[in-house]
Amino acid sequence: MSNIKEIQEEIVDEFAMFDDWMQRYEYMIELGKSLPLIDEQYKTDENIIKGCQSKVWVHADMEDGKVVFTADSDAIITKGIIAILVRAFSNQEPKAILDANTDFIDEIGLKEHLSPTRANGLVSMIKQLKMYALAYQTKVQ
Amino acid sequence: MSHQIDIEKVRADFPILSRKVNGHPLVYFDNAATSQTPKVVIDAIVEYYEQYNANIHRGVHSLSQEATDAYEQARETLRAHFNAAKKEEIIFTSGTTHGINLVANGFASQLKAGDEVIVSALEHHSNIVPWQMLCEKTGAQLKVIPMTNSGELAMDAFHELLSDKTKLVFVNHVSNALGTINPIETIISEAHKKGAAVLIDGAQAAPHIKADVQALDVDFYVVSGHKMCGPTGVGVLYGKEEWLIKLPPYQGGGEMIDQVTFEKTTYAGLPHKFEAGTPNICGGIAFGKAIEYLNGLGFENIAAYEHELLTYATEQLLAVGDVMIYGTSSEKTAVISFNIEGIHPYDIGTIIDKLGIAVRTGHHCAQPIMDYYKIPGTVRASFSFYNTKEEIDAFVQAVKRAKIMLS
Repeated sequence: MSNIKEIQEEIVDEFAMFDDWMQRYEYMIELGKSLPLIDEQYKTDENIIKGCQSKVWVHADMEDGKVVFTADSDAIITKGIIAILVRAFSNQEPKAILDANTDFIDEIGLKEHLSPTRANGLVSMIKQLKMYALAYQTKVQ
Repeated sequence: MSHQIDIEKVRADFPILSRKVNGHPLVYFDNAATSQTPKVVIDAIVEYYEQYNANIHRGVHSLSQEATDAYEQARETLRAHFNAAKKEEIIFTSGTTHGINLVANGFASQLKAGDEVIVSALEHHSNIVPWQMLCEKTGAQLKVIPMTNSGELAMDAFHELLSDKTKLVFVNHVSNALGTINPIETIISEAHKKGAAVLIDGAQAAPHIKADVQALDVDFYVVSGHKMCGPTGVGVLYGKEEWLIKLPPYQGGGEMIDQVTFEKTTYAGLPHKFEAGTPNICGGIAFGKAIEYLNGLGFENIAAYEHELLTYATEQLLAVGDVMIYGTSSEKTAVISFNIEGIHPYDIGTIIDKLGIAVRTGHHCAQPIMDYYKIPGTVRASFSFYNTKEEIDAFVQAVKRAKIMLS
């Protein structure tokens, strides 16, 4: 299993193949379709990430010392964004998730989504994934 | 209806319309959120800060006098525009929300448990929450006029809700989420028959319809400057003098006093009683200029041209296919709230923004309307007199592309 940095570089390489924003968005939409979907029972109001215009649910499980994320969204672009994050952070140890930076978002041309005031809540999503990692790390210790 | 809008000349008045967004010419269809600012208004703002920036009223020096004169002239412009009987009935506020809160706060002393207040299902949150707070404070009950599938008020239900217990009715003139023009003449006269006061939220109507507060016989009418080609942070509350005398001040501070001692403070007369602190002087002056600009074009011209845009946009958008338009009243302003079958409004907004098109997506601060239609939100395109059919074509093309990408 690759580490977070390697997966991020892989994603950056994939996005580098595209010439324009439309192709990047189309690819992101494709990635959204491959997102490991959250079990319906976890699609609760408590699991909705605040700060998004669309609904985003995230759930985390601990398997063999690694955090496994599943998610879903009712908007397809948001689903693509969370899919990218899940791909980068899922199946990793809590500490690695907490230590990881998110500069790769900028590199794949989605910088505009990083603004904290942007209504899609990418920043809230990252925060939520890290919160889960923190919770599991605290549990392990 | 014919109009006399020289569109090229009008567009040249708005510097922002020539900029590009994401490499495409800006198509600004978010006018219901805030309107763009013509050069004359921008110039008035610059002139104020370059030539006569000073605090108003009470100043003995020339600059203060010039600023006071300009500010009071703006009040007179607004009085004349809304045809208020007196200048004292025009209160400068920070915007519609401020105006509503000012009245809601004042009515806390006028209501008691058992009284009823009526609001409509088509309201913006800012015309719901202050009244809920008022009801919590006073024990009065909030009643809601339901809406119909076409986005209109169920007037039969309104008549049933009205009773001798009704003390206040608040309805918007035009719904921000759907564009429906509500029958406020009937609402005002029926409410008055029961002795209830009426507040009309004119924020969405004022850029398109010139309200005559005396002809309407309305008790309170509130608007925001930034939806009428003026700056943000300024608005107007019109109130009938008898009500403004009756209601207590909203905020204490400078400007609103007559005499202050630690034993007792007496309040200034109208309108200053409701204008505590240094107001948005420049904003008020610029708002006055914006009103002059709009009247220069003529509200009949504006309405006729915008109606043309609305009809054209509705036809073109429906031709895209799988389009659901919310708010289909025959009486509506140039607003199209819509969704495309199976696609989230946020996704459409995001894609068309990449093509330079500014619309609003979401619940438009009107969640009860979204709940009624059982949708998370809509895409709202709202047009102004400076928009064109060519821009509508670009918008429709962008929606088509978004639909293909997102389906």
